[in-house]
Amino acid sequence: MSDKSSKIKALQATGLMRELMGGHFRELDEAARTRDRKIAWCTSVGPAELLRSFGFLVYFPENHGAVLGSSRAAADLIPLANARGYSPDICSYLTSDIGSYLAGRTPLQKAFGMEGVPRPDILVYNTNQCRDVQDWFAFYQREWGVPMVGIDTQRSLGDLTSDHMDGLVAQHRALIPVLEQVSGRKFDLDRLKEVVASSYRCTQLWKRVLQLAAHRPSPLTFFDATIQMGPAVVLRGTPEAEQYYPVLIAELEARINAGEAAVAGEKHRFYWEGMPVWGKLRDHAEQFAGMGVCVVASTYCNSWIFEPLGASDPFEGMARSYTELFIVRSEAYKEAYLKRMIDLYAIDGVIYHDAKTCPNNSNCRYGLPKRLSDSTGVPYVTINGDLNDLRLYSEEQTRTQFEALVEQLPGRR
Amino acid sequence: MGAVYCGVDIGASSTKLVLVGADGRVMARAMEPSGVDYAATARRCLETARQAAAGAAEPTATVATGYGRDNVDFAQETRTEIHCHGLGCWHDLRQAMSIVDIGGQDNKVIHLDENGRRREFRMNRKCAAGTGAFLEEVALRLALQVGDLNALATMATESVSLGSFCTVFAKTEILAHLRRGSPVQGIVRGAFESVVARIVEMDPLEGTVVATGGVVAHNPMIVEILAAKLGRPVVMPTAPQFTGALGAALTAAGLHEQTRPEPA
Repeated sequence: MSDKSSKIKALQATGLMRELMGGHFRELDEAARTRDRKIAWCTSVGPAELLRSFGFLVYFPENHGAVLGSSRAAADLIPLANARGYSPDICSYLTSDIGSYLAGRTPLQKAFGMEGVPRPDILVYNTNQCRDVQDWFAFYQREWGVPMVGIDTQRSLGDLTSDHMDGLVAQHRALIPVLEQVSGRKFDLDRLKEVVASSYRCTQLWKRVLQLAAHRPSPLTFFDATIQMGPAVVLRGTPEAEQYYPVLIAELEARINAGEAAVAGEKHRFYWEGMPVWGKLRDHAEQFAGMGVCVVASTYCNSWIFEPLGASDPFEGMARSYTELFIVRSEAYKEAYLKRMIDLYAIDGVIYHDAKTCPNNSNCRYGLPKRLSDSTGVPYVTINGDLNDLRLYSEEQTRTQFEALVEQLPGRR
Repeated sequence: MGAVYCGVDIGASSTKLVLVGADGRVMARAMEPSGVDYAATARRCLETARQAAAGAAEPTATVATGYGRDNVDFAQETRTEIHCHGLGCWHDLRQAMSIVDIGGQDNKVIHLDENGRRREFRMNRKCAAGTGAFLEEVALRLALQVGDLNALATMATESVSLGSFCTVFAKTEILAHLRRGSPVQGIVRGAFESVVARIVEMDPLEGTVVATGGVVAHNPMIVEILAAKLGRPVVMPTAPQFTGALGAALTAAGLHEQTRPEPA
């Protein structure tokens, strides 16, 4: 059923992105060697802006987790963490990353000539996505004796109340003395405002990128977006992120103007809910493209759009941005959100990825897919897999389920 | 001689092939273990079926389904087994239904509406619990042939409950039951009930329930247990192991349009 030759159109801007991302990693590597600049490790949806305002170079272990998954290095590394007592059932970013540390190898060495992952001066987490990040960072806290601080965010929230916000703003402010001590710099509110403003501009550009996929045919796939989101995750708050996205947007708009599709002959439009299966990104992209399906949008890639960073108070902006995320919210909020996405992107089918080691990013465990399908009439399929641990993924079952969903669409045989 | 249409279902355990005429009437069926060379197995099944159909002509069109669907070199098209089981059952029964297909490696639940259109489908999780592979493991542990299981389950006067979700854990449970001297017949009956338990966990199974696949074809006791669990009869189509191949053959014959009308 699928076409053997690729129907995916590559994005030229990716070359520039790789250059900018390479600069980021080389800068971190240099700092790790010379110790002339302080390094902070930060969760991907965490208080990076606050850290940058103190002059820290910021490294995101979750990004490294994705690199370990997409390079398929994770397969050999996860068991090393399992053997140290980190269960195969917990976050496979965590087990991949700790396995990478234990093995002393990372794809970053080959890709960017780095010695290894850059050793931090401080570890800063936000539990808005899950508790695993705290336990992940705690491994390195024990290993290296570096300080660890964090934000403890409530979860499954419906409306965000002033009580929630007051507590979270207070937690952000409470980090300041520790960050002053580790960085050796006094807190500078004006600098924080500058960084937050830059992050806001970055996420607005990223939002624009994603929303261009609403065009029919879409100039962008979800699989492209998982790569293109790199600067929005690791470079937001820096000039490089703001430099990159206008170039990408121009290319996508040119595609739209020329009537070019990311998937040649786009017939159907799907939504991806949950984590990517990083080690199968290319395979999934090719299978869908071969069936004339463009997976146009995802909750995952949308999760780096932070509207509240535009608030006048940067603390309020950060606290709200990192709490109003989909992953932090109630089932009712998630259902309404997905319904909006189905309408916005004219979605024909929804893929739910039930990631074994990532329950918080698996939004199919409380009956949501069926409720949403019943109310919208849009069919869905749930695949069992994982973000990084391919031992938990069945190639044949997944392939069949994708194909069966396409067969089920109106007008198909 | 009229046109002949072929459907091949290459499953994890066995390969099934059906030849139909232009009117959808079944001309012949053939089946073999899938083995390791799917293309060769499919071709042998085709020859067997052609001989059974009094030397039927080479198929005008062939559609392949099942896990090995991409390996059939004489097929012009492929369809998923979910499509084909749905169409095969619809051809036989012509009503809204919930199809339970218990295969060698996976289980499926497929819902068809009153027009034969698929509303929804589900597959079991990656785990083989409740599939034919589970029964093969149980037979191995009990030093039995898979083909002996149904007769033994029928003879059971009581059932030995296997509570584990996991096939490996269930085998450990069986060891414990054997140590305690539990009768083999009761353990087999318990294994059948475990298969049914895994099925009813997948879906509420509303309306008419139809059972297909090799496991129910060889073990009708499982269908009886499922019916008892649901509190109503479970329908078995003609040749339940061949419904996937039949659906593929009907697709090859272009009969899916007639049997599955688009909504007005």
